Amino acid sequence: MKIVIWVREGTWPACVDAARDLVGSGPAEVTLVCVREEASGPPDPGFGSLIGRGRRRKATEELDQLSRDAAETMLRRAQERLGFDATMRLESGFPERLVTAAADGADYLVLGRDGDRRRLGPNSIGKHTRFVIDHAPCRVLLIWPDRVPDLGSIPPPPPDR
Amino acid sequence: MGEVISVSMLVVVLGFAVIRPRGLPEAVAAVPAALLVLLTGALGWDKAWGEIEHLFPVVAFLAAVLVISELCDADGLFRYAGALMAAKSRGDAQRLLVFVFILAAVVTAVLSLDATVVLLTPVVFATASRMGVRPKPHAYACTHLANAGSLLLPVSNLTNLLAMSAAGLTFVSFAGLMALPWLAVLVVEYLAFRQFFAADLSIPATDPEPPEVPPLPRFSAIVLALTLVGFVVASLFHIEAAWVALAGALVLLVRALKLKQVTAKDIPGFINLGFLGFVLSLGIVVTAVVEGGLGAAIGQIVPSGQTLVALFLWAGLAALLANLVNNLPAVLVLLPFAAQSGSGAVLAVLIGVNVGPNLTYVGSLATLLWRRIVQAHDHETPIQEFTLLGLLATPIAIVVGVLALWISLTIGGVA
Repeated sequence: MKIVIWVREGTWPACVDAARDLVGSGPAEVTLVCVREEASGPPDPGFGSLIGRGRRRKATEELDQLSRDAAETMLRRAQERLGFDATMRLESGFPERLVTAAADGADYLVLGRDGDRRRLGPNSIGKHTRFVIDHAPCRVLLIWPDRVPDLGSIPPPPPDR
Repeated sequence: MGEVISVSMLVVVLGFAVIRPRGLPEAVAAVPAALLVLLTGALGWDKAWGEIEHLFPVVAFLAAVLVISELCDADGLFRYAGALMAAKSRGDAQRLLVFVFILAAVVTAVLSLDATVVLLTPVVFATASRMGVRPKPHAYACTHLANAGSLLLPVSNLTNLLAMSAAGLTFVSFAGLMALPWLAVLVVEYLAFRQFFAADLSIPATDPEPPEVPPLPRFSAIVLALTLVGFVVASLFHIEAAWVALAGALVLLVRALKLKQVTAKDIPGFINLGFLGFVLSLGIVVTAVVEGGLGAAIGQIVPSGQTLVALFLWAGLAALLANLVNNLPAVLVLLPFAAQSGSGAVLAVLIGVNVGPNLTYVGSLATLLWRRIVQAHDHETPIQEFTLLGLLATPIAIVVGVLALWISLTIGGVA
């Protein structure tokens, strides 16, 4: 069984647990994918402000390194939590496209529900996640990152129905 | 003829500063351009000297504050603040955003926007990552607040320093009039961030356990507080604030050198002499442009007076100009005219040039066009999201900020 797990902040522990349950005791080939969205951290504050432009390269490099370190740490911890060998892939670029491509040939893609979960509706799935769900070339396992809601989370039907 | 030279030199200086070929400092083009303006007689030496005399204390003040912020960082003040934020937010990304807003607004106000961009952003990013929340909203908040949070004190932004004397305001009166606009803009930005990043902020933290908070670096915290008090006291006795900043910087520097937190080699890097030379040269070139015929033309189109409508016009014009030609030239061009209308007009211009650069990700439309031309085949960064946030928050922030300024002026009896 080939499983690809999308490793992201906040959602990865639940996704790894779900993948472990899915594998059970059978043989499995697991790939952990993490994508850094921007190659160089957040953008400069509007170039309209000129002050300190020269020194900003230092901060940009520092941010790039921090973001790389954070992603590597997350992948390593996901691997530890999984408890068996897995391939780790750290990419940077457009997350939704890279993850969809990484799922090619897999049996399952495991990803977290990463939207605003105060109201469970379309917005409870983030926009990159939405793209991946729509285009994934395999089965998709969508995981609640923390607690699983009960049926009480469903609003009453509209009065005209 | 003189006008042609000074305008074309301004174009060269700004074009160079925006593109920065091979990463060369802005001063490489600005200093020769200023010299050319002087040698061709486009600006008299006496007027140029007057401009330098006026700008030098401002530039020295900025240099001292840059040194103070670097030395506070070397002493661990920013690391301390990061750990404290992580501990207080207890794994809640939204709570962390509140602390990031407070910290970024205070750091920008007290240590200038440069400190927020260069020193605070990495700390905030690392703090969010360590908590296991998505760092994007928090890192973006630093980026936005470096501009939008720079309204409170003269020292927050170079534009404020340039404007303070033109407006005839002291350190205390500047802060008094700008406190309300500063808070108003922060509230608008905060609401925009909560709305825009609702999804990212609702993700639970992977590591909610608070980290160990290191002890407060008392020495730098105390020196920083005393320097701030010094600004207020100096302003009451009509002493240049630059002296106070210089004293604070020296005290921190002696200790940092003694404790080997920094070496003498690092100091030029803190001060960023190239940028300071750029500011002085830009001041000369802009004066030449304004003194020439173009000044009279600008005088025809700028608003006058400081009614609420005039304040809106000033801020809007300033924001537009900041996005077209960058904030420093915008403020240098508008200041002489705004000063004639009164201090309220000057402060409205500041709201425009300080908050305005958030309007577009690239800040300056000119920059955007230049970059398109120069780096047509470069990899496109995902700027759309940030641009959208700027378009959402900035116009509202400027309007609310100007409204708050008008209220401040009315209460203060300035309008």
